[in-house]
Amino acid sequence: MKYSPFFTSNTSVSIVMLKVLLALVPGIIVYVWAFGSGILVNLIIGSVVALLAEASVLQIRRRPVLPFLLDGSALVTAWLLALALPPLAPWWLIVVGIIFAIVIAKHLYGGLGQNPFNPAMIGYAVLLISFPAVMTLWPAPLSLTAAKLSFLDQWQYIFSRTLPIGVGMDAMSSATPLDYLKTQLTMSHSMEQIWQAPFFGHWAGKGGEMVAAAYLLGGLYLVQQKIISWHIPTAFLGTLALMAGLFHFINPGHFAPPTLHLFAGASMLCAFFIATDPVSGPTTPNGKLIFAAGIAVLTWLIRTYGGYPDGVAFAVLLMNICVPLIDAKTQPRVFGHNS
Amino acid sequence: MNILAKIFNASNGVHPPEHKLESTSLPIQKVAVPERLVLPLRQHIGNMPKVLVKVGDSVLKGQLLAEANGTVSAAVHAPTSGTVVAIDEQVIPHPSGLPDMCITLRPDGQERWVAHDAMDYRSMDRVELLRRLRQSGIVGLGGATFPTHLKLSPKGTHPVVTLVLNGAECEPFITCDDLLMRERAEEIVLGAQIIQSLLGAVECFIGIEDNKPEAAAAMKAACEKSGFAAEVGIVPTLYPSGDARQLIRLLTGKEVPADGRSTDIGIQCFNVATAQSVYRFFAHGETAVSRIVTITGNVARPGNYEALLGTSVDDLLKAAGGDLPNTDGYIMGGPMMGFTLPSSAVPMTKAMNCVIASTPGLFPPPAMEMPCIRCAACADVCPVSLQPQELYWFSKSNNLEKALEYNLQDCIECGCCTYVCPSHIPLVQYYRYAKSESIAQERAQTAADQARVRNDNRLARIEREKQERAQRNALRTAKADTGGDADKQAAIQAAMERAKAQKEGVTPQNTENLSPAVQAEIAGIDALRGDMTSTAPTTETNS
Repeated sequence: MKYSPFFTSNTSVSIVMLKVLLALVPGIIVYVWAFGSGILVNLIIGSVVALLAEASVLQIRRRPVLPFLLDGSALVTAWLLALALPPLAPWWLIVVGIIFAIVIAKHLYGGLGQNPFNPAMIGYAVLLISFPAVMTLWPAPLSLTAAKLSFLDQWQYIFSRTLPIGVGMDAMSSATPLDYLKTQLTMSHSMEQIWQAPFFGHWAGKGGEMVAAAYLLGGLYLVQQKIISWHIPTAFLGTLALMAGLFHFINPGHFAPPTLHLFAGASMLCAFFIATDPVSGPTTPNGKLIFAAGIAVLTWLIRTYGGYPDGVAFAVLLMNICVPLIDAKTQPRVFGHNS
Repeated sequence: MNILAKIFNASNGVHPPEHKLESTSLPIQKVAVPERLVLPLRQHIGNMPKVLVKVGDSVLKGQLLAEANGTVSAAVHAPTSGTVVAIDEQVIPHPSGLPDMCITLRPDGQERWVAHDAMDYRSMDRVELLRRLRQSGIVGLGGATFPTHLKLSPKGTHPVVTLVLNGAECEPFITCDDLLMRERAEEIVLGAQIIQSLLGAVECFIGIEDNKPEAAAAMKAACEKSGFAAEVGIVPTLYPSGDARQLIRLLTGKEVPADGRSTDIGIQCFNVATAQSVYRFFAHGETAVSRIVTITGNVARPGNYEALLGTSVDDLLKAAGGDLPNTDGYIMGGPMMGFTLPSSAVPMTKAMNCVIASTPGLFPPPAMEMPCIRCAACADVCPVSLQPQELYWFSKSNNLEKALEYNLQDCIECGCCTYVCPSHIPLVQYYRYAKSESIAQERAQTAADQARVRNDNRLARIEREKQERAQRNALRTAKADTGGDADKQAAIQAAMERAKAQKEGVTPQNTENLSPAVQAEIAGIDALRGDMTSTAPTTETNS
């Protein structure tokens, strides 16, 4: 016996997740072009470990394995975490992060749809707190390094920490714009002096800003496909730009310009792919605006005054806590009801 | 002069595949008088009408078989001339599949009409007019089947100023209103004029979805021809714009209060087919004897068929060339809100606007239900701006209180949420369940409350009678006794003491250590029992 509605639109969780992965592809391509293929190693390890972890936990929880593996949510978590980690980090870093994200942040809370926190950001926060040294060692953009590593070289470095003879890690790594900014500002250097560093590009870090632009492109595709609504990206980027712009206007020598905040760090990734995680975010239109604005304010505060160069992960997790309250207080007016 | 009405901000909804073209290529076709007509007595919302005929009676077409009974009720007429062969329970087109009282008629094939005349609604006495409408059997043909005479005499405090004619027909597959508007627009418009005049309304909006340009053109032409100053509003094709409240907002920009009716804001809404029936009744004296039904889906000749009420779905399918291979069931109504017919032998009723012969290809079995990912796609399409994802949690966890707090009762069960859910959750089923559950709880609560009050009253009455008796006895003893006041007082006192002791001499109960909730439940049951025992003797003395 069947009940109405007798048909449904051709959509599924798998299609939703697949489109999210697809929207990340431009960013990944630009990433490889700007920083080398190391990020692909991260993505491959992350994907394999995520699927294995997901399958094992589903097995233990006696849930149907294949339908849940095919829903694609584990892959989205894996890709987001992989893209947030330094490309040449040792292999075990992403393994630990993914296992924490999938097993603890997702399945211990009940699996798909039940996790109150963004799993990828939990993985990231755990790694950042536990292994700060490797988490802050970033490769320099290819345009600035003399030595170019082949895909195999990078693979070897990630697994055995050995580099080809004559190449040192110092020649390949570089501070990230946000990191550099933070240390330089504590040394009382002005914004103009800081901006002279070779790795600054048009709006933010060389290479990084291009990757951010590609994320923006992918994000707009998601909005166009109605996978995400405009609320979170707009409120996040808008509030971040407003905060940064206001303080930069007051004291341009001490506060970074809004363009840097928008195109550096994980801002674009957060605006379209992280803060927009439906499971751990609010569902009402006004709730989404408040949630995203909160993340933006916290991100700016952590970046400007906190102990870490970037603040997206902690900002998202802190706002995740507020989601039930935000949802409860932002219920839209129901048809035919007053106020 | 009719102009195109302004359309107010489009509401939310979905746009499923329309499947309208299949059934619009042929004109409306008449179905021959079948060998047997089964007329359910309840083809409307409200009371069962009172049967006026008996088995063996010869009846004429249009003759009253069962008259409206009570305020909310509608009459049933003979769709053709013939003989009453049975008055019994038969399976009716209802999702429960349960049988209900029906009158079965064997037609004589002569289609002899009972005397029926045109009526001038302008000169008729209003009370008489409504009385006749009440026995006309005309009900809302859009699917709700609310008796029309009640909608024409609204009880609200507001005067009705606006008539909204609903020709939106937003459900996929259904085209009976479309074809009716194309072919009989003039009758609809004349009916609308009668309705507007009876309501005392001053303006009329006709709402038609933009996927029916022929119907809209025909309606505009008919309005112009009869000089009827109605505004035809072409609304975007977006299910469920044909919901009366949605259509009213689209056409007038006004929202019907959630806890009220459209008449509270001076608006009354009628389906186009109902308007046409009203015209046929006043212009020709024709009662509700037939309707147009869309037969579509997996049939040889999908189209619209005008058939006598009571014609079996089997006969309708035969008229449409029969169903093709792979048919796995029949849906009454549209695919969004319709239901599976218990059998194809059921009769066509006033509510039946469409029958779809379904196949696994047309309506594939639902995919595996996945967990909710809170994407809120359901909230984006909800026409009444509910938060279906929250209602889902509350309904699933049986947290009815919370579900009601999130306005569960405002859900119109349109199914848009289920349609868009990427996790394939049958959301609307959860709401239907929670709604029926909350109604059942409310009823049980009311019953228990009433029983408790009655039991309390009974106990108080018994106690009072006991006291009175004791006092009377005491007084009598005091009077009989020639002693002084002190003796009298003592006697009264003693009697009172005895009564008190009697009252307190109730044995302690073994339920005193239970939780307050359980005790309350026991008290409720006791009250019900007390209620039964207390009413029993009363009925005995009455008989």
